[in-house]
Amino acid sequence: MRYADEIREAVVIALGALRSNKLRAGLTTLGIVIGIVTVTLMATAIDGLNQAFQRSISMIGADVLFIQRFSWFTGREEWAKTRNRRELTLAQAREVAKLSTLARAVGVEAHGSADVQYGNRSARAVWVVGNSEDSALVRGVSLSEGRWLSPAEVQGARPVCVIGHDLATRFFPLESGVGKRIRVGRSMCEVVGVLEKQGQFFTGANLDNQVVIPITRFTSDLVRWPDVTIAVKVWDATQMEGAKEELTGILRQLRRVQPGAPDDFAINQQDMLVRNFNQIGGSLALVGLFITGLSLFVGGIGVMNIMYVSVAERTREIGVRKAIGAKRRNILTQFLVEAVFISLGAGLVGLAVAWPMTWVIDYFLAARMSIPTALAALLVAAVTGIVSGFLPAWRAARLNPVDALRSE
Amino acid sequence: MSLIRITGLGRHYVMGSEMIHALRGVSVTIERGEYIAIMGPSGSGKSTLMNLLGCLDTPSQGVYELNGVNVADMDDNQLAEIRNREIGFVFQSFNLMARSDALHNVELPLVYAGVPPAERRARALEVLRQVALADRVHHRPNELSGGQRQRVAVARALVNRPSIILADEPTGNLDSRTGTEILGLFDQLSRNGNTIIVVTHEEEVAQHARRILRIRDGLIAADEANQAPRWAEAPPRVPPILTTPPTVTP
Repeated sequence: MRYADEIREAVVIALGALRSNKLRAGLTTLGIVIGIVTVTLMATAIDGLNQAFQRSISMIGADVLFIQRFSWFTGREEWAKTRNRRELTLAQAREVAKLSTLARAVGVEAHGSADVQYGNRSARAVWVVGNSEDSALVRGVSLSEGRWLSPAEVQGARPVCVIGHDLATRFFPLESGVGKRIRVGRSMCEVVGVLEKQGQFFTGANLDNQVVIPITRFTSDLVRWPDVTIAVKVWDATQMEGAKEELTGILRQLRRVQPGAPDDFAINQQDMLVRNFNQIGGSLALVGLFITGLSLFVGGIGVMNIMYVSVAERTREIGVRKAIGAKRRNILTQFLVEAVFISLGAGLVGLAVAWPMTWVIDYFLAARMSIPTALAALLVAAVTGIVSGFLPAWRAARLNPVDALRSE
Repeated sequence: MSLIRITGLGRHYVMGSEMIHALRGVSVTIERGEYIAIMGPSGSGKSTLMNLLGCLDTPSQGVYELNGVNVADMDDNQLAEIRNREIGFVFQSFNLMARSDALHNVELPLVYAGVPPAERRARALEVLRQVALADRVHHRPNELSGGQRQRVAVARALVNRPSIILADEPTGNLDSRTGTEILGLFDQLSRNGNTIIVVTHEEEVAQHARRILRIRDGLIAADEANQAPRWAEAPPRVPPILTTPPTVTP
């Protein structure tokens, strides 16, 4: 018997069987529906988390080294040892820019917060960033209007600023902000540029609610001796290791670290985040899928149960089929197809239910149910059908025709 | 070569600590084209013999040669193939697929035989025409009368051109008039060269056969020729059924 023909026959039988037991089949599918819904939602959420992370991480740039006081990942023990490190200073940043040969651009960055005001509109505790002229290149900034801080402005600590997208729309909803003067902390700054919308970082920080001012202005207005981050963009991402070594040497010298003593600074880079995220995210995804998979397992047991019932009440039919020449494989296929139909139907219903629910996830994580996720869910449903249908189908296939024919 | 040759065929079942000998060494030879009735009271072992002849069951001892092939030690799937090709079953309670129409019921053995759909359909329609059900092909069993159902079952038994038609109390669920009609159909099949084995406990049914095998206590009590078979009076209303001789597999 050719295979396609065999499957078609099995499909006809399965559909007939399901049609005559609609309610029962429907109730059975409920477990699988719930299972598929939870697994799909979980997969979509994980997907969204990944995407949010990738989006955020791409802002950091793979070819940038961040020289900072602390490593991004510091254990409690290490923290005790490193907490007394001296700040990185603006002067050191200037020296690094002067001495490094592998650096394409060196940006300085310091963070603070201040109230921002324009006319009668104000925003409290806005994220204020002190940057240098090269920070634009290092940060990969793109502007929707105006321009970035000029070298002269940084040099002269001019009262100018570049504002984030959200601030711009709040303060200047109907007009361009460029050229207007807003109050940042104590001084009035002229807006020279507006940043493009960037969205949230995966930590939840709103990147569109920031004001960038020259680092020199930052030290005179906000924090006299800030702990700066020296962001170094290398010419080419393959030089990261070399650049790291060079920078370590320069900084040890600048900071007068004794030979043999450990560095009193850290050089951070993007792939530390990536590695860390993959580690945590991977195990989180596994655990999440496992837990939601349990509900699918329960659904599978439901299918197995109903398939046993189906086999039991059709024992005689199985006997007749065997008498007229059905082989074990034919009977096995017949019941497996029935189980897969139940599960696949449930999978489709599950997807239909899960789809609108992913809109809710979308609100938080910007994640939509992807086609691969949907296909994977259907595949999982089908596999569940095969697995849970196998034992009942195998029992049917192995029935002794004489006994089967005798049953009522 | 005989169609069926069984020698010392025995079948016993183990029930708990007891061993039940349903059949204790039966030897019989059946030639192609015979019309034979197997009779016996319940518990005599005639059902066991029928199950063995129909390859539904395997003997505990002895040899069963069908078309010269020993089927006694075949496995499940081989037996399924033999049943599909060599044996056409007609059951007391028809045993049709309730959800399928007559045509699909008749096609079923061909489905398992791997016959392509177009040929399957053509052959099933032809056989249904031969049992005078050409106008009922799309009726489901519950839309057919008892006699019509049994005729669908006979068509299903015939469709794969088996060597043997094995009928188990074929008139047991029919009133006497339709019973006679079905027996007439068997007579007709026999006249056209089919080998028919009918298992029954009704003397009247057995009288249609030309040879009667009486089973008692797991042994053949009598093997007699029926000198004056009661042929159906009805003139052959149906066209010659399957005058082609059954295919012989070496």
